[in-house]
Amino acid sequence: MKQGLPMLPGNRSALEVDVNAGDTAWMLTSAALVLLMTPGLAFFYGGMVRSKSVLNMLMMSMGALGLVGVLWVLYGYSMAFGNDVGGGLLGAPFEFLGLNGLLGADSLAGTIPSTVFVAFQAMFAIITVALISGAIADRARFGPWLLFAGLWATVVYFPVAHWVFAFDAGDGSTVGGWIANQLKAIDFAGGTAVHINAGAAGLALVLVLGKRIGWPKEPMKPHNLPLVTLGAGLLWFGWFGFNAGSALTAGTTAGVTFVNTLVATSAAMLAWLLVERVRDGHATTLGAASGVVAGLVAITPACSSVTPVGAILIGAITGALCALAISLKYKLGYDDSLDVVGVHLVGGLAGTVLIGFFASDAAPAGVNGLFYGGGVDQLWRQVVGALSVLVYSFVLSLALGWIVQKTVGFRASAEAETGGIDEAEHAERGYDFGGFGGGLRGSGTVHTGGKAPVLEGSNQ
Amino acid sequence: MKLVTAIIKPFTLDDVKAGLEQLGVHGMTVSEVQGYGRQKGHTEVYRGAEYAVDFVPKLRVEVLIDDSATEKVVEALVEAARTGKIGDGKVWVTPVDTVVRVRTGERGTDAL
Repeated sequence: MKQGLPMLPGNRSALEVDVNAGDTAWMLTSAALVLLMTPGLAFFYGGMVRSKSVLNMLMMSMGALGLVGVLWVLYGYSMAFGNDVGGGLLGAPFEFLGLNGLLGADSLAGTIPSTVFVAFQAMFAIITVALISGAIADRARFGPWLLFAGLWATVVYFPVAHWVFAFDAGDGSTVGGWIANQLKAIDFAGGTAVHINAGAAGLALVLVLGKRIGWPKEPMKPHNLPLVTLGAGLLWFGWFGFNAGSALTAGTTAGVTFVNTLVATSAAMLAWLLVERVRDGHATTLGAASGVVAGLVAITPACSSVTPVGAILIGAITGALCALAISLKYKLGYDDSLDVVGVHLVGGLAGTVLIGFFASDAAPAGVNGLFYGGGVDQLWRQVVGALSVLVYSFVLSLALGWIVQKTVGFRASAEAETGGIDEAEHAERGYDFGGFGGGLRGSGTVHTGGKAPVLEGSNQ
Repeated sequence: MKLVTAIIKPFTLDDVKAGLEQLGVHGMTVSEVQGYGRQKGHTEVYRGAEYAVDFVPKLRVEVLIDDSATEKVVEALVEAARTGKIGDGKVWVTPVDTVVRVRTGERGTDAL
């Protein structure tokens, strides 16, 4: 089986490969592209909440950027990509502590410097944590969110990234994770490690934190759909780095995954809009943006193992499935505010499992699924991989969320929630329109001190 | 003196303004308001969840006029704002005790 990912980073002694400048340039670019997805996600989520909580929504993503970025360099990378400590469950946490030993010219990951691989994978850890926040919009305190984010990255994401993304070294010098090497489930860029993982965690936090006050009776409409669409566009743009970057080389695999990322997403958007048109009578902007994300989620694990036609089918199936799945929360009565479960968990499961049906050996992964004469061999591997991550993430997220709630208090007070979490948690408001507070005199706003000096001629 | 208040469909504002100017009404206050009468609201759908939006955006136009102009102003307003469809709005007239122009201190009809 050809896998898109090369071996774990290590010394080149056993493996005489030079740094490839083209690959390195592409991977640096990809890493930056994937970074942009997190602010993109912040906009995507931020536009969907009410205007009184837009900043808190942005800050949960920005907080993940800050915290997980640091943890990744300190010990996260080592937990994910250090030599296996046993059973394919975890990388040695102290092997690359502080990226120790990875800075030399002889430290390579395939054909790129180890540090480039570190940077690329850092962005995955960051966005996976940020994805969870959409489930608990409007009601989570910022500090406890950061505490949860740090715990979750450490206990859930870093190990699961090891399971899925850490491949054994060709010479046996380094051992990777069990899903990648023993189970041999295909998850090219993170259907399990990123989307099922975040989706299951979102579901767990919804159960810990409970419904928002007034849900589902009170209207909780998105306050800014242009922002949502902008966010979806940034996500799609960055996702080319996410998927085509996961080739870790600038070659054929990157080309195939790039095209599949384009076409599956297009198909998913059309399918979502079609469901809306038939069910609700209108094709909506929010539906288009949501369909884009559903398609991106679905093709993430599958982009190396299906043909572009297979990608269209996976995109279309998942787009329609997610459009239907998001109504379930009303029937089941859980307030997954921005449909992290309906889009990321359902979309991640669909994309991961559909590989078992649509994989074609014409694609770089070189595996045939059920519909291409490969039998059910790949299918059961996909199902086992998906369910393992789902159960692990859900159980531990439930436990971590419960601990945070019981110790420091995760959920905001009723007063903060109804008055607006932005003012309560961040002492800011997202928008300052109109004469009152818009910069006109006599707006009733007075500077009352604080650390910043009042400037001469400032309107206070 | 009278205060004429009109609730109108937003897109009729230009016609209303032109009609009043022809009658020599040089000044008005316009505000964006929301409300409903017989038109009721509409429905919006977000990710399959329907929201009934009861309040419809309208404009409230307020003009201060001399008693003698009342009939003509009301007529002009109604004519300019009418489309014949439900939701055209309402016009009402209330008596005003006094008016002061802030800049000069003029009072009564001189201040109009």
